[in-house]
Amino acid sequence: MTQMEKIVPATEVPLLQVRDLTRRYGARIGCADVSFDLWPGEVLGIVGESGSGKSTLLSCLAGHLAPDAGQVIFDTASGPKDTVQMDEPERRRLSRTDWAYVHQNPRDGLRMGVTAGGNVGERLMAVGARHYGAIRDAATDWLGRVEIDASRIDDRPSAFSGGMQQRLQIARNLVTGPRLVFMDEPTGGLDVSVQARLLDLLRGLVREMGLSAIIVTHDLAVVRLLADRLMVMKSGRVVEQGLTDQVLDDPQHAYTQLLVSSVLQV
Amino acid sequence: MIQIEGLTKSFTLHNQGGAVIPVMAGACLTVQRGECVALVGASGAGKSTLMRMIWGNYLAQSGSIRVGGLDVVTASPREILQLRRETLGYVSQFLRVVPRVPTVDVVAEPLLNLGVPAEAARARARHLLDRLNIPQRLWSLSPTTFSGGEQQRVNIARGFAHPYLALLLDEPTASLDPVNREVVLALVEDAKAAGAAIIGIFHDAAARERLCDRSVDVSAFTPGRAA
Amino acid sequence: MTEQAYNFAYLDEQTKRMIRRAILKGVAVPGYQVPFASREMPMPYGWGTGGVQVTAACLTPGDRLKVIDQGADDTTNAVSIRSFFSRTAGVAVTEATAEATLIQTRHRIPEHPLTEDQILVYQVPIPEPLRFLEPREPETRKMHSLEEYGLMHVKLYEDIARHGAIATSYDYPVKVEGRYVMDPSPIPKFDNPKLSGCPALQLFGAGREQRIYALPPYTRVDSLDFDDHPFDPSKADHDCDLCGAGDSYLDEVIIDDAGGRMFVCSDTDFCRSRRAAGHAGRLGTPAGEAA
Repeated sequence: MTQMEKIVPATEVPLLQVRDLTRRYGARIGCADVSFDLWPGEVLGIVGESGSGKSTLLSCLAGHLAPDAGQVIFDTASGPKDTVQMDEPERRRLSRTDWAYVHQNPRDGLRMGVTAGGNVGERLMAVGARHYGAIRDAATDWLGRVEIDASRIDDRPSAFSGGMQQRLQIARNLVTGPRLVFMDEPTGGLDVSVQARLLDLLRGLVREMGLSAIIVTHDLAVVRLLADRLMVMKSGRVVEQGLTDQVLDDPQHAYTQLLVSSVLQV
Repeated sequence: MIQIEGLTKSFTLHNQGGAVIPVMAGACLTVQRGECVALVGASGAGKSTLMRMIWGNYLAQSGSIRVGGLDVVTASPREILQLRRETLGYVSQFLRVVPRVPTVDVVAEPLLNLGVPAEAARARARHLLDRLNIPQRLWSLSPTTFSGGEQQRVNIARGFAHPYLALLLDEPTASLDPVNREVVLALVEDAKAAGAAIIGIFHDAAARERLCDRSVDVSAFTPGRAA
Repeated sequence: MTEQAYNFAYLDEQTKRMIRRAILKGVAVPGYQVPFASREMPMPYGWGTGGVQVTAACLTPGDRLKVIDQGADDTTNAVSIRSFFSRTAGVAVTEATAEATLIQTRHRIPEHPLTEDQILVYQVPIPEPLRFLEPREPETRKMHSLEEYGLMHVKLYEDIARHGAIATSYDYPVKVEGRYVMDPSPIPKFDNPKLSGCPALQLFGAGREQRIYALPPYTRVDSLDFDDHPFDPSKADHDCDLCGAGDSYLDEVIIDDAGGRMFVCSDTDFCRSRRAAGHAGRLGTPAGEAA
């Protein structure tokens, strides 16, 4: 078993407590009554087919979409706070310090007209870094950590391959040491060999930085290797959740059984 | 160390007419520290099922499985993750890893996850790989391209990297040559001497004789076929 | 067409009031871009329609108007705007900085120190300093309101990464009283220090973009920079070839087909007054006869 496993810090407060989160699109359900706890250092996978509400849920969790009901309580520096009720400046501050969001399409998460170094440095400058040399050193360090050659620091992302762009997006997000990373299909659209490299990178970063992550994907092989816990969504609702290998090896719900049996050996 | 009582398990196949297949009933088993117990029984009798229930990737319908004080049946995922990290090891028959990761890091990972410094973790990994006769030139390569026997040995090295107090071994000597078989048996003996409670499946009768204090026939836990 | 056909200073009184309200709001919140209902003016966008509307709203019959374009009083743009107000408002005009009560400028701040009795009106092409990095207007507004200005430093970072130094030499972004990041209009960065602590009221008008903003007298204005790449208000490393001034902003002028060139003050009034006072440069004569 190569389950993702990390040290749980001695804290006893979940990093994120989600309660009865609901979002409707008119009469249609985006996601409904979703509740879970995410503990520091844990990676949670959310799987389901297209339209199951997993992307809506991620958007609500990350504050990109306002839920109709429910709470998203994050353990901030000043204690647990409901981010749904938070005022916008505070939530935006959170999203460039403690939170990070990795988009499926790196073009959505990068500034394509800005160099790789500028892309990585932006979050640092956004939180007040004003020393060019220090910003550049941090950017160089992070390019190295995501295996992009330091000589590419002044190239624009448009000159990068898809896999490199995705790694650059990850560096750009992690440079300020967030505690929670939201990832929307982070390996989607990448070649299988590039996916493997990215998965390995993410596992290492999660372990070294003690990150928590919520990963939305339809790829069961990805969650098998990356997620500690798994949530299965169908028609906007969570139909099953548990340890990743338990949900995949001994699925209890009819839909999960169908999902697992429909996939080539994972 | 490991205490199983009244364990029941059935599979419900929702996509095949909701068929309920009972596979285990009233399973009981206790393993002390420093004790090695073999699970025996015909193929399909439920040896692997019981093992997976202890590991936590199969759910139980009723009963309890206590490993070092934690009841796996009722524990939260977070508690099981901690148990697997610190206390409970599992050497399965298959190596499942992210492609591209060097063998030495695959073996060191359980230690890295416990916060052991990278250099110390890799030193331990190299020691085990060396002991299991994996040629040094392969250490920096991903094990995904290795032969079956090599993969199995990498898997064993990984399983023994951290001195778990409870160990599950699924055919650890299968597909090994006599020399490496001997190494693995010695590793198990070391773990046993160090106080680990071990449950194993061994088709290798000689290995079972040498390592195990007793055998438990899981056929006894099989529910009546008519049920 | 007679001058009497127009209201004082061309715009009707209601429009001028509307613009004055925007100006007052801008003065109350220094550096904040106030939207206003910019009017069609009898000149194309890019020729100072924003500045002209602000000037029209500020002029009184007793004012003395000076108009400069890149520091010069005698370019087409400056001459036409000066004559426009001379005809529609009947105000006195001047080329002397010290004598003017209201100065409309394109791309320069006069060298001669301004006073509390003067208003300086800037023509602004693009008022939004964040625009080139963030094209969405609702997003830039939000960034201003939440003081999310990391992007401005990304722009400067890119400069240093590509050119080894902050290559932005005009339109250099500033922060007003530690709050709003503001585009000072395309003045050379040499002029940036003059923005800060200026005794005169400074008003900025962008006609096409429909924005007005302001710096009240004695407002603190800081040019953005990095700790290890501090702001440097550089100029050409020469003295003026006509008046010999070593501290004024210079234009480079090609004077023959052999690559000969001279450097002259961009502020024509400043240069002329120095020569009138007897100063002379490498090619200049002390008297005022030179063009």
